[in-house]
Amino acid sequence: MSGAIAAGRRGPAVPGWALWIGALLVAVIAVVFLVGPAAVWAWLYKPPALLLGQLLLGLINGAFYALLSLGLAIIFGMLNIINFAHGALFMMGAFIAWMLLTPNTWLAMISPGLAVPDWLMLGYWPSLIVVPIVVGAFGLFLEKTIISRLYRLDHLYGLLLTFGLALVIEGLFRNAFGSSGMPYRIPNALQGGVNLGFMFMPYYRGWVVVAAGVVCLVTWLVIEKTSLGAKLRAATENPGLVQAFGVNVPRMISLTYAGGLALAAFAGVLAAPIYSVNPNMGSNFIITVFAVVVIGGMGSIVGSIVTGFGLGIVEGLTKVYYPQASATVIFVIMVIVLLMRPAGLFGKGS
Amino acid sequence: MSATTRPRIVTQHRASLDLFGFSGPQSIAFLVMLALIVVLPYVGIYPVFMMKVLCFALFACAFNLLIGYVGLMSFGHAAFFGMGGYVAAWTVKNWGFTPELGILGAGLTGAALGVVFGGLAIRRQGIYFAMITLALAQMVYFFCLQAPFTGGEDGIQQVPRGNLFGLISMRPDMAMYWLVAVNFIVFFLVIHRTVHSPFGQVLKAIRENEPRATSLGYRTDDYKLIAFVLSCFIAGIAGGTKSLVFGIATLTDVNYSMSGEVVLMTLLGGLGTIFGPVAGAAIIVGLENYLAQFGAWVTVTQGAIFVVCVLAFRRGIIGEIAALFKTSL
Repeated sequence: MSGAIAAGRRGPAVPGWALWIGALLVAVIAVVFLVGPAAVWAWLYKPPALLLGQLLLGLINGAFYALLSLGLAIIFGMLNIINFAHGALFMMGAFIAWMLLTPNTWLAMISPGLAVPDWLMLGYWPSLIVVPIVVGAFGLFLEKTIISRLYRLDHLYGLLLTFGLALVIEGLFRNAFGSSGMPYRIPNALQGGVNLGFMFMPYYRGWVVVAAGVVCLVTWLVIEKTSLGAKLRAATENPGLVQAFGVNVPRMISLTYAGGLALAAFAGVLAAPIYSVNPNMGSNFIITVFAVVVIGGMGSIVGSIVTGFGLGIVEGLTKVYYPQASATVIFVIMVIVLLMRPAGLFGKGS
Repeated sequence: MSATTRPRIVTQHRASLDLFGFSGPQSIAFLVMLALIVVLPYVGIYPVFMMKVLCFALFACAFNLLIGYVGLMSFGHAAFFGMGGYVAAWTVKNWGFTPELGILGAGLTGAALGVVFGGLAIRRQGIYFAMITLALAQMVYFFCLQAPFTGGEDGIQQVPRGNLFGLISMRPDMAMYWLVAVNFIVFFLVIHRTVHSPFGQVLKAIRENEPRATSLGYRTDDYKLIAFVLSCFIAGIAGGTKSLVFGIATLTDVNYSMSGEVVLMTLLGGLGTIFGPVAGAAIIVGLENYLAQFGAWVTVTQGAIFVVCVLAFRRGIIGEIAALFKTSL
């Protein structure tokens, strides 16, 4: 009896999640033996066009999860605020792109007879640059006027305040444009698609994945490999000390918030031709992104990118194998992660 | 929540004015509230509006039990409220439950959900707790959107109010009103007594300094879970009552915006005050009623109130009044 206890104490430290994964593997092998490999294969096999098509859709959703959770993570690291308004600013990005593309449509809604000349209209490509700058500037304004008053308060007040901001922004857009979606045309250069032999690949979808991947990579490089990023990481750890070294930390905080919002706006412009541009598009996304953030853990940049793309793919696969659960699968995964690793897959402690 | 920003709750026990353990000023406030509940429907306030206020007031009190006394910010309370509403509506309509049984079923549903959600969410603290409850509630929302018994976008409609104990018809608004009023007052007092019991003192100790409460030998997770389940039970009761009052249970009540609304009511009235959630609920429901004709301006106004409350007004209305009189309400 006592020997067993002592042996238990001396045993190798197996992390809890390893046990869970082991149990899962055993369960999978047991199922394969029970129903026979052929039955499992018959269930697993799907036409590649369907499977890969849904995988691509999942990857696109994952790209948006990654961009949004990346912004949330950067903002949380620096400001200690969970930015509930992130979804609203994603929506705002899409809307501003739409407003720049078709100014006469909405000007006519506001006051008939008002029109701007064609040369003022901004297409998709300029919008990709201009809209993040505009929304980033709006973020600077928000940070300077409102959010900077919260730093000495509890984190929860940040959540409440940004929730309020999200309500205001969404409500204003809903007042102005109604709840129905606005169409946004795919830019000419990316119209159509290519038949890859096993599936049809619309150019625009491929572009979204590549563009989001590149932006995530660049953000990661800036934070991990440049001196600016080093200061940023240092200020996240110990703002007082970094300020003592002569770095303007308050300005850095403002720019971080603006940068996070610019990422959200960039995602919004990318999303405009895929989803219909409507005032609710952000709030539908943001809660799922919160779950993504809980799964990945807030600590790491790579973590939020990998979890974002990964969960998008999982969601896509669920659409193929068990469509009823596709809306909830991310939340179910969150529950499992909370049971196995409460700090999140990439988190460090509580 | 950190010690510098949280509204302080001073418990005063004065034997001379001991009405359910209220202090002197609290007793006066309680009597005023009782008087308003009894008188208002007779002086021209529409009883259905009053019932809506009381249901939301109870919901906000349940939420306040967590944020004000345990320091747990749940952003998913709509799940318990809405599911309670569905269960009450379904059992009363399809199984012919009497209203009190339907409401009890709603509370038990809320509590059962609360055991699961609470057990998961208290594994993380602070901001993560809020995000986890929000995400879990969103899962419930999607479940209600797809499940056959909720009626999807239509909801469960034309729910009869039934007969109380199988005897008294609840169809007249005033009959239903007294049920709602008594229901509200009973659970209001239950919350008050819980907060001021030895159990409630431990909850406050956990809120102030959890490691220290642990070091004193309290299983803090168990205490948090019990408080969470109690709060969910009462939220379910409130949701069930509301669905019977209006004869309808819909997706609106499980949506995340409902979770936000109850946060707003409590914040506006005063986090951690006894009467704040009631005042907040009355103001917000009244505001919505008034603004309903202006469409999306309701959302904008709510958002603006959030911003103003957080920036300038963190004690809330009742909290400010209490501070003015240097007491606690």
